[in-house]
Amino acid sequence: MAHATGQWQTTDLKLSSDRRRSDTRMRWLFTAAALTTLVVTLLIIFILFRDAWSYFVEVPKADLWTLGWFPRRGYFDVKTLVVGTLMVTGIAMLIAVPLGLGVAIYLSEFARPRVRKFLKPIIEILAGIPSVVLGYFAISFINPNIITALVGGANKAFNIAAAGVAVGILTVPIIASVTEDALRAVPLSLREASYGLGARRVPTVFRVVLPASISGVVAALILGISRAIGETMVVAIAAGAVGGGLFSTDPFKPGQTMTAAMAALGFGSDQVAGDGLAFQSLFFIGFLLFVFTLLLNLLGDRLVRRVREEY
Amino acid sequence: MSVHDSSLTSTRQNGEVSMSTTPETEKVPVFRTRDLAVYYGDFRAVRDVNVDINGQEITAFIGPSGCGKSTVLRCFDRMNDLIVGARVEGKVEYHGIDLYDKDVDAVEVRRRVGMVFQKPNPFPKSIYDNLAFGPRLNGVKKKGELDAIVESSLKRAALWDEVKDRLKASAMGLSGGQQQRLCIARCIAVEPDVILMDEPCSALDPIATARIEDLMQEIKRDFTIIIVTHNMQQAARVSDRTAFFTTEVNPESDRRTGVLVEFDFTEKIFSNPGDERTEAYVTGRFG
Amino acid sequence: MSLTTPDRFGAQSANEVTVRLTSSSRDVKGRAVEWTLLSTLLISLLILVALIVNLVDRAWPILSGRLGDFLSSGIDASSAADAGVWQAIRGTLILSVIVAVVAFPLGIACAVYLEEYAGKSKVAGLIRINVRNLAGVPSIVYGILGLTIFVKFAGGLTGGRTVISGGLALSVLVLPVVIITASEALRAVPRSIREGALGVGATQWETVRSHVLPSAAPGILTGTVLALSRAAGEAAPILLVGAVTGLLRTGNQSLWTQITDGGFTSMPVAIFSYARQTGADFQAVTGAASLILLILVILINGLAIWLRNRFERSW
Repeated sequence: MAHATGQWQTTDLKLSSDRRRSDTRMRWLFTAAALTTLVVTLLIIFILFRDAWSYFVEVPKADLWTLGWFPRRGYFDVKTLVVGTLMVTGIAMLIAVPLGLGVAIYLSEFARPRVRKFLKPIIEILAGIPSVVLGYFAISFINPNIITALVGGANKAFNIAAAGVAVGILTVPIIASVTEDALRAVPLSLREASYGLGARRVPTVFRVVLPASISGVVAALILGISRAIGETMVVAIAAGAVGGGLFSTDPFKPGQTMTAAMAALGFGSDQVAGDGLAFQSLFFIGFLLFVFTLLLNLLGDRLVRRVREEY
Repeated sequence: MSVHDSSLTSTRQNGEVSMSTTPETEKVPVFRTRDLAVYYGDFRAVRDVNVDINGQEITAFIGPSGCGKSTVLRCFDRMNDLIVGARVEGKVEYHGIDLYDKDVDAVEVRRRVGMVFQKPNPFPKSIYDNLAFGPRLNGVKKKGELDAIVESSLKRAALWDEVKDRLKASAMGLSGGQQQRLCIARCIAVEPDVILMDEPCSALDPIATARIEDLMQEIKRDFTIIIVTHNMQQAARVSDRTAFFTTEVNPESDRRTGVLVEFDFTEKIFSNPGDERTEAYVTGRFG
Repeated sequence: MSLTTPDRFGAQSANEVTVRLTSSSRDVKGRAVEWTLLSTLLISLLILVALIVNLVDRAWPILSGRLGDFLSSGIDASSAADAGVWQAIRGTLILSVIVAVVAFPLGIACAVYLEEYAGKSKVAGLIRINVRNLAGVPSIVYGILGLTIFVKFAGGLTGGRTVISGGLALSVLVLPVVIITASEALRAVPRSIREGALGVGATQWETVRSHVLPSAAPGILTGTVLALSRAAGEAAPILLVGAVTGLLRTGNQSLWTQITDGGFTSMPVAIFSYARQTGADFQAVTGAASLILLILVILINGLAIWLRNRFERSW
């Protein structure tokens, strides 16, 4: 015993200063690391907004609503890009939602554990395919063999539809994994209640489990949309629109999306040096894109957390 | 409410209790609490706890679930600090020092006031490394010294003979009872003067339990022990003094707050308790 | 009103139950639904197979003809016969090293802060939301960040359009992924281990260092390998930072000069560049490069999965 006799002092309960200092120092290190993430976000917002604002202020507003997106010639029709993005995303979701949901429901509710172990890696591999490879797949396979085979008038080299299908393939894994998490979060007791009443598996899944996990499924869809909107390389390779694009609502022609426009400005056919208006439009589109995906991600995130809290 | 007198010490010999008084210039109790209350956020989990814990004794905290016994125990090694929103009010003194004084470092407190948990929690490392962890932190580096500490701690925890040939084996391979004795040895290795035990035997079978109870009697010479248990017979068997807690329903919020009912020599609590609630509990009329 | 069950109900339900129990194998509708769902999985498999077959088919001339030459030639967007991926492979490797050196420690440290120090505080909540959002930001935005900060603003330190700037941009991109997976790995370590360490008088850092991090290491490792695979497949940020798409001459410069001063490229960039070239002969080049990158990514992911299975702990 430290003190058989005599009074104890507060200083007896002090820690060795080396250890205390070391602990405090590491604490600060970890805090600093965490704060860098906030710095990153602030930097992104600042960088995008600064040039986006200066562009928006300078650009003749008429040029924002015109016949198409030709930045080097001063045509900045934003709706061309937005419509293009919507078309690609729409087609992507047509592919990704059925596949993603179907895969998730099957793996979570129907597959036996051993079967699951074999089949789940398919989705994990799909998730790992680099987007440039899918972009090439779009022009080398999807377009010739599927799109142009089905739709006679489609552009044989590049079109929105081929890009959309490829983006859809890319989006399947995220929809599948978030949906699967949501389904598995539904407690066994709910399923047992349904089976106990004599229901079979299919009605149980579609009338009990899915409705119970609906916010998670919606979150999956939202996150999928966000992913599809933000996809760059597939559209840069497969959607065409080299040198800008006319406003178009035909998915079987080449088209321009927000991300493809940024790609063109940054390293593609519309690449410009210097800080002219054309280059600044990159930041403007970037800012719009960041805001869209931020809102979608926040919404999706709130729904995912609600699923976790409910159970 | 509670009867305790720091100038009285009791000794047990052959089942007889004899009292002796020590002079007034006396021993400061190891722990003394005054009006201790613990809050989790707004909820008052336990209130008005006044106990004196004496050295070289085993003190038991008993009572029904939710009465705050573990909460109070965790005040003594400042483990409640780790819970977000936990707040301690009132005074807790350790050898006369305010345990929650701003100059007191909780880490140093925890070295001196060790804790054994309900579910044995050895580190997923070797038996040797489990024991050497604490001493290494405190600056013991030489292999010879560490070996000696490991051996002596394991001997004092009555585990040496069973593991001396496999100190490098993983601690996770030991049985539940062995793991718990390992955890006790791990505490002993940093030379504490108090060992807190939070229902240490509830996850163990009766034989392992008996061995730990015997161990407690052996080591109480060197350490002050406070044990939380909801096994009344265990408290009657091992402890010198017992504190009985119960819950009171708060009429407004309908939540239960723990409160200390009676604190006295174990013999008295179990044979002739002063409060009727104590009597109801120890005779099994409610639990 | 009597509460007994009339006989006819008894007989009816006995009948129904019998029907249900004996005809389960003829639940046509249910089976159909199950097969439809399974087909989505099979379609996904089919897509994968189609991808690989298509790539191999396109790449065949090179795979069978000049694979060695292909692997050792530099990037060249003007002549398919001379085009190769050697510089691209090297660029991808160097980028991966930079990402490992920058993003992993930073990301793991941030995860330690969130899980071990900050707990449920408001700041932690804000940082967590922020990290989850950053994980969903389009990769091209990270390219803009890289261009503005690493190339222009810090050009003196990074050398401008170098592989260092590219690596830093990629590091910021995968940082959220590292943080999220490391956080999960740390959260999986049971509280009892921390209590055991703190209970014998260890400081928080000592507990993390000696017990929490070692226990979480396998999970953290798996997560970082997955992040690496993600970084290896990214092109947009690298292109914005200034990766070379046409022809990259390195001459006799030392490796160090090349890294700090020279141009660079990477596998995804090379694929992008070749894919853009019209001309049938470039099909084989693009296909071969895609196949190589795909194999690389699958190998890295496979490594991560193997690591996860090997070190899976059941608490």
